[in-house]
Amino acid sequence: MSKKINSLAVAVVAICLSFTAAARDFTMGGIKIEQPWTRVTPEGAKVAGGFMKITNTGKQADTLVGGTFPLAAVFQVHQMSMDGGVMKMSELAGGLEIAPGATVELKPGSYHVMFMDLKQPIKAAETIKGSLIFKKAGTIEIEYTVAPLGAKDPGRSDAKH
Amino acid sequence: MTGAIGHRTWIALSLFAIISIGVGLAASAWRRDAPLSAPLIGGPFALTNHEGKRLTDKDLLGQPFAISFGFTHCPDVCPTSLLDLSAVIEKLGPEAAKMRFLFVSIDPERDTPEQLKLYLSSFNPNITGLTGTLDEVKVAGKAYRAYWQRIPTSDGYTMNHSTFTYLIDRHGKFHSLIAYQQPVDTQVAAMKRVIAVP
Repeated sequence: MSKKINSLAVAVVAICLSFTAAARDFTMGGIKIEQPWTRVTPEGAKVAGGFMKITNTGKQADTLVGGTFPLAAVFQVHQMSMDGGVMKMSELAGGLEIAPGATVELKPGSYHVMFMDLKQPIKAAETIKGSLIFKKAGTIEIEYTVAPLGAKDPGRSDAKH
Repeated sequence: MTGAIGHRTWIALSLFAIISIGVGLAASAWRRDAPLSAPLIGGPFALTNHEGKRLTDKDLLGQPFAISFGFTHCPDVCPTSLLDLSAVIEKLGPEAAKMRFLFVSIDPERDTPEQLKLYLSSFNPNITGLTGTLDEVKVAGKAYRAYWQRIPTSDGYTMNHSTFTYLIDRHGKFHSLIAYQQPVDTQVAAMKRVIAVP
């Protein structure tokens, strides 16, 4: 409930970047980012995935083209799928387009933002600030929560089925 | 002239021999009612483990093992599989000591033994990381019918790869497959079955 009120306040107040540390939703122009999260990485890991829900409340399509993550030298937008036991992953060179009114979920096994050349592993109990860059909405400052190693969603601590 | 004919005959005979062996293997697999033809998965390999020591298929004879392929620059599937495998090993308890758990890097350019050692320190210590030269890894991958492909990105590359775990019995024979994200209990049961092979 308080999250809703919080994000509403953000939407109303912020034309530019403005959010509270507790907020999990971030809005800029017609783009709303819900609950960005990432995961603890294994030792020595050089890559990690970032996940969130992106909603385009605007009248025009917008495209996630990039972003920044403080622990990573490289930030890419990727898609991933499983095809007959084969994991396939590729960079979306043109970015990820969000149609007007559409919500796209970035989640494990699907679309994700990819943090590459990690300078250090991602540790538990951190929140990590980052940004996303959209073609039209511009730069949105966001904050990732950190789920445990192998987590399938941001909230649960158990990755098993 | 006769040389040419001899050459052709030789090719024909070779082809015949290869086809015969193939049919024979398929037939023997069929008779045993195996879900996958046993002789076609598994085979010789020689790799280097995460401690820098050499390991070959011969060293494993007498001990069942689980072998899977992946890489440490893998954001999702590999850590998830290794986490599942860690849970499986824990659930196996003392039984786990009766088999080996191998993780072969398909990205030996970046996955040195040191990198594998560091990476695997986040998982169950019974998992052995393996890497080698590109050729050595290719030989191992081919033996297990593992598939991978290098996919360029704007700043380097990533890998598409198959995600199966292959279970091999103590005689070095293929036993069964575990698919990505099969429930931990199902995996534990499969491991117990391969351990139980006399």
